[in-house]
Amino acid sequence: MTAVLTPAVAARGIHKSYGSTRALRGVDVTLAPGRCLGLVGRNGAGKSTLVSILSGLQRPDEGEVTFDGEAAPPAGAVHAWRAKLATVHQHSMIVPELTVAENVFLGRLPRRRRRVDWRAVRTEAAAVLGEWGSGVDPARACRDLSVEQRQIVELARAVASGTKVLLLDEPTAALEREAVLRLFTRVRQLVDAGVAVLYISHHLEEVFDICDDVAVLRDGELVLTAPTAGLSTDGLVNAMVHGHVGGPTETELADQASRTAVEDLPVHVESADAAAGRPVLELRGLTAASEYGDLDGVSLTVAPGESVGVVGLISSGVVTLGRIAAGIESGDEGELLVGGAGLPGGDRAAALEAGVGYVPEDRRTAGYVGALSVAENMTMSITDRLSAGRLGVLGRRRMHEAAQPWADSLALVASSLAQQVADLSGGNQQKVTVARALARDPRLVVAITPTRGVDVVSKELLLQALRRAVDAGAGLLLATDELDDLGYCDRVLVLVRGRIVAEVPGGGRFDRTAMIAAIEGVASTIGSIGAGRGATSEEPGETP
Amino acid sequence: MTQTQQPLPQAVGAAPLLGGRRGPAALGFIREAALLPVLAVILVVGALVSPVFLTTTNLISGVGQQVSALGVTVVGESLILLIGGMDLSLESTYGLAPMIAAWLIVPASAFGSGLMLNPYLGILIVIGIGAAVGLVNGLLIVKARLNGFIVTLGMTILLAGLQNGSVQGQSPYQLPAAFAYIGTEYLGEVPVALVVAAVVFIAAGLFLRYHRTGRAIYAIGGNPQAARAAGIRVDRIKIGVYVAGSMLAALGGLIEAGRVSSVTGAQGYQEGIIFSVFAAAVIGGVSLQGGKGTMLGAASGVVLLGLVQNIINLSQAPNYWQYAINGGVILFALVLARIVGGESAADQT
Repeated sequence: MTAVLTPAVAARGIHKSYGSTRALRGVDVTLAPGRCLGLVGRNGAGKSTLVSILSGLQRPDEGEVTFDGEAAPPAGAVHAWRAKLATVHQHSMIVPELTVAENVFLGRLPRRRRRVDWRAVRTEAAAVLGEWGSGVDPARACRDLSVEQRQIVELARAVASGTKVLLLDEPTAALEREAVLRLFTRVRQLVDAGVAVLYISHHLEEVFDICDDVAVLRDGELVLTAPTAGLSTDGLVNAMVHGHVGGPTETELADQASRTAVEDLPVHVESADAAAGRPVLELRGLTAASEYGDLDGVSLTVAPGESVGVVGLISSGVVTLGRIAAGIESGDEGELLVGGAGLPGGDRAAALEAGVGYVPEDRRTAGYVGALSVAENMTMSITDRLSAGRLGVLGRRRMHEAAQPWADSLALVASSLAQQVADLSGGNQQKVTVARALARDPRLVVAITPTRGVDVVSKELLLQALRRAVDAGAGLLLATDELDDLGYCDRVLVLVRGRIVAEVPGGGRFDRTAMIAAIEGVASTIGSIGAGRGATSEEPGETP
Repeated sequence: MTQTQQPLPQAVGAAPLLGGRRGPAALGFIREAALLPVLAVILVVGALVSPVFLTTTNLISGVGQQVSALGVTVVGESLILLIGGMDLSLESTYGLAPMIAAWLIVPASAFGSGLMLNPYLGILIVIGIGAAVGLVNGLLIVKARLNGFIVTLGMTILLAGLQNGSVQGQSPYQLPAAFAYIGTEYLGEVPVALVVAAVVFIAAGLFLRYHRTGRAIYAIGGNPQAARAAGIRVDRIKIGVYVAGSMLAALGGLIEAGRVSSVTGAQGYQEGIIFSVFAAAVIGGVSLQGGKGTMLGAASGVVLLGLVQNIINLSQAPNYWQYAINGGVILFALVLARIVGGESAADQT
């Protein structure tokens, strides 16, 4: 397929090691003009390393990168690389204090007579952004933008650079459906115009949607490169896990994962709530103004052994709801009761004592302390128990003994329990965060987007672990914008603009299309999502 | 651990833990001992400069005595740096606390207030003033959410003003023996001050390493949001650390007062010791971003500065060059620590 054309980018025989960890072992990748290559692989397979080498941030130990047959600039020569390709990173590279227009032209503002041509900055940025139909005002400061809008600015920056090569590193991780579709349309246009695109994603359906070819990394080796047309999802998952296309299916693997490991998860729930017949969590008339989305009179209960999903757009208030239930923020009005007893708002330590385990919405900013070890992070919420009767003295051995069963049952991949969490792959970091949330015998677990940016198999494992806590008698409040996470929930509440607009049974029994319509706030479809009845606080038909 | 499901060979459960743990631990020690080669070079240079340098009298009684006050203060600043804060006012606490106490206990003829309080009560006053200053700093920074840099900058000037104003520019002397004890007395050849400093370093080091609050300090400095999500009482511990840091600075000031047998208006702020305090901590690998650093590192930073100061004194370099030499050596030590110790030593993030 690429025989006739000189590849836009070719990486040959790339090796890269970090200490004793061999991240890449002889990887060959070529990007052809006018084609989109999907790069997939489980967490830790080497995707991020390959991206950082292809984008000039790191130098390979061995091997070479060429652009149009010419040798690549030396690693770290930022300007030289930027002339060759544009990268949209998984984590925001936006400068919040600058305007949208300045961010679009960051580092290469148009000049006239040796001065920055501010008029050109504004008009050109407006032109680029206008093509997206995004409605982002170029004069706004980026700190005021939503996550989705920031992502749009990053994409606009890549497009505005007029690049011939585009690396998209999980660009949809934080995007909503509509935005993903817009993104795909735009990427397709670029590909048709002759741009070579490398698309990295955990969502395999997206890879089938947008990519012409797919390359699979496994343990630092490229195990498969093939056109997507001849592949199935199961085949792709098998390549990621086993290194070849045939073998057990995705579902079988997921089942296996849950049976083999999570069964031993040492969750203990000593809850008197079930015996007393009271809910583990009760929210009454919660109203809040928050940067994570406002809430407008939300009431809900979670019973012991029940898992309740709350789903909605990122700005709909699902994240705020989770943060309030976990004691991270406080609402303006309303009550928060855990196990029948009122809790002060915004007091995380009190919530923990009352038995609320918490998986935050963003593991990098609030999930773990990167410089500390796996064992230390896993036991961070139970140090008082581990050091009880010893005047607060807490030996390393005690932490390791307490953390070991969690590492085993969550199939954690790390060189040892003493390894820094910052050095783990994303999925394994999230396992550490989940272990911490479950370690203190929670009567309620609040998990916000617990599987974001995590590979298929780890995702299943994390959800199984949460399910395991529910089976042990804990209540689960799962706040998310991903429908896939809701499969284990007993019932699902749909949040639109801070209000519960629908309640539907979970267990994957809902109609996905109707659910998405409900999430997007399309009122007419709500009645037909499932065997749904209206939520307690709202009439079913009454939506904004 | 099943092969089908987790094909990577390094899964934690699969490898015996003790084997895996040795690697990072050894690496950690190398990082902590990064200054040892630098110290060795300094010892050689010192021996070349003066025959007196490599004697126990000079190193233990002389240098040991001189660095103790600084060292105790560095422990305080290091704790505050570890939670991701900073405190510029430690230098003024170091001057003000012993000044007020001395003023209250020495006779009017020695520029005291005439109250002539019990010297042991004076020691309590020193520590109490430290605690009070730390509490005010902590509340302003943690509860009122003011910027730590500007709060403690304002505080350091305020306290230095109080230090001079309270005694109208005089320097109380004739400190009672009990009050001056830890700054002046010796146990055999070893200054009491050095013993006190060593105990403070070891106690703080063990506390940080093995106590759950010590571990929480690292968690808070490393990622305050994650620490909060884990249920650590972040605000309370932060305020506690500001209080402890100021108390240690006050103790440092008490040692210094005893050493020079009086409290001058210049002690602390006008001497500009805060630069030495920060330099010792950072040279020793304590990160200005918080969450990284050890007491062993901070101690080696203090020893390094003390030795350099001692060599400058012994070399009989002209007084007016001392600042330039001192500053130059500190910058040089920072560069060396960066080269030997890697990222953490110079705070490259």
